[in-house]
Amino acid sequence: MKELLQRLGLIWSDRASDRVVPPTGHTAWLTGFTAGAMAFLAVFALALSLASGRLADRWAEALSNTATIRISAPPDQMTAQTRAVLNLLGTTPGVQGARALSPEEQRALLEPWFGPDLPVDSLSLPQLVEFTEADGGYDAQGLRLRLQAEAPGAVLDDHTRWRRPLTVAAERLRLLGWLSLVLIGGALAAMITLAANASLAANAQVIRVLRLVGAQDRFIAGAFVRRFTLRAAIGASAGVAMGLLGIALLPSADAAGGFLTGLGFQGWGWLVPLVLPVMAALVAWTATRIAALAKLRELK
Amino acid sequence: MISFDKVGYSYGGGELLSEISLTLSPGSFHFLTGPSGAGKTTFLKLCYAELLPTAGRLTLFDGEARGLSRDDVAMVRRRIGVVHQDCQFLDHLPVAANVALPLTVTGKDAEVADLQDLLTWVGLRPLADALPPSLSGGERQRAAVARAVIMSPDVILADEPTGNLDWEMSQRLLRLFLELNRMGKTIVIATHDMNLIRTAKGQVAARVLRIQNRRVQLAGADL
Repeated sequence: MKELLQRLGLIWSDRASDRVVPPTGHTAWLTGFTAGAMAFLAVFALALSLASGRLADRWAEALSNTATIRISAPPDQMTAQTRAVLNLLGTTPGVQGARALSPEEQRALLEPWFGPDLPVDSLSLPQLVEFTEADGGYDAQGLRLRLQAEAPGAVLDDHTRWRRPLTVAAERLRLLGWLSLVLIGGALAAMITLAANASLAANAQVIRVLRLVGAQDRFIAGAFVRRFTLRAAIGASAGVAMGLLGIALLPSADAAGGFLTGLGFQGWGWLVPLVLPVMAALVAWTATRIAALAKLRELK
Repeated sequence: MISFDKVGYSYGGGELLSEISLTLSPGSFHFLTGPSGAGKTTFLKLCYAELLPTAGRLTLFDGEARGLSRDDVAMVRRRIGVVHQDCQFLDHLPVAANVALPLTVTGKDAEVADLQDLLTWVGLRPLADALPPSLSGGERQRAAVARAVIMSPDVILADEPTGNLDWEMSQRLLRLFLELNRMGKTIVIATHDMNLIRTAKGQVAARVLRIQNRRVQLAGADL
């Protein structure tokens, strides 16, 4: 660890090694530009990952404690079956509370699909009973059997069937976000390795002179490592700034309430992208050091 | 210090040097002569581990040349100042920075006054800020000499150091080598310049080594 810190310290302190390598125009700005572009993409991948994580948590939380019983019965039996279901739920272990949804609530549920003018009263709609689970949960199979016996028109929908795929989908989306970040880091490392190799090859004469006067590989590699690390850090900082600006300019989540509009950062989440330039610098430091030392071994 | 024991060196096909056995002891002064292509430069390159022997045993400061790591080679080169025939520099750095390069790579700062004295001595003070590509052949050679001695190395190897210099500068250079030798440094100068050897004759107990037929021979008596 101490050695690592000393080596990282060289990036900031050893300007002497920086001077011995001539400045390279195209490699310099291309490295910075690529680091910036990668960081820009990483900000969106990070936003996607955090947003899908929030979504997964919200869905899981919202759906995990509630279940619904749907009663489809002839109109003259509806009230009796509803009462029977509520009584049954009242005596079911693991059920905290239950209530029948009012016609207004049922209309509100259907409104997104059929519009506000739906004549709910004239339709033969099933009655919905919502109940809340206690912490220990309830025996779904036992409840189904009791419903079958006491309210034949009642069907238990414990939300598990559609809750699970949604939660899984959100989790996968979060995973894809993290995977994208890893791939972006890998692509940055690959690009910097190529650039460092090109730079080392172009400076073979410089390396020959440095070796002639007694420079060790660590000194020579340090010149390239410092240069590429700083370029990556500066490029990534610019990329992150642009990415954050882009995220900030997205429509507010509150305005439309959809998933895409909720793609931004929330609270401390705005600070997370600030880690990206540091990560880019670390990636560049590692990639350049490995490439430089390998190339120097090759140039023996 | 530098010891050859039946050392040979072969390029892909042929053998260039063979059965060389000699020791460059501390404080010794050697001239190395021989026809062009005889292997003078190769001999010098063996001395600073730019090339490794293909036969025999070469010892550099108590370390067997073929067993040295790259870091070891770097440490050896800090004790050897080399003046190349084709003086190589970092073209983007000014002359002063190039001369101070051996100090830079070891993490030492050059004393400005010392550096200026050295540049004055080799007649390059007015060109301290010039870039190497703008220097003439002689100026490059003088800069290479200054770079080779700035670390006060134990051994100085010079490959045709006076090839591009006028007589006066050649004499100044020789005086520097003699002075360094009096300070205990080992000097090896590969040269065709017999006048240089004759001039040195009266001032130092130099030995003349001649490379002929792939072997290094003592050229007659000590000068």
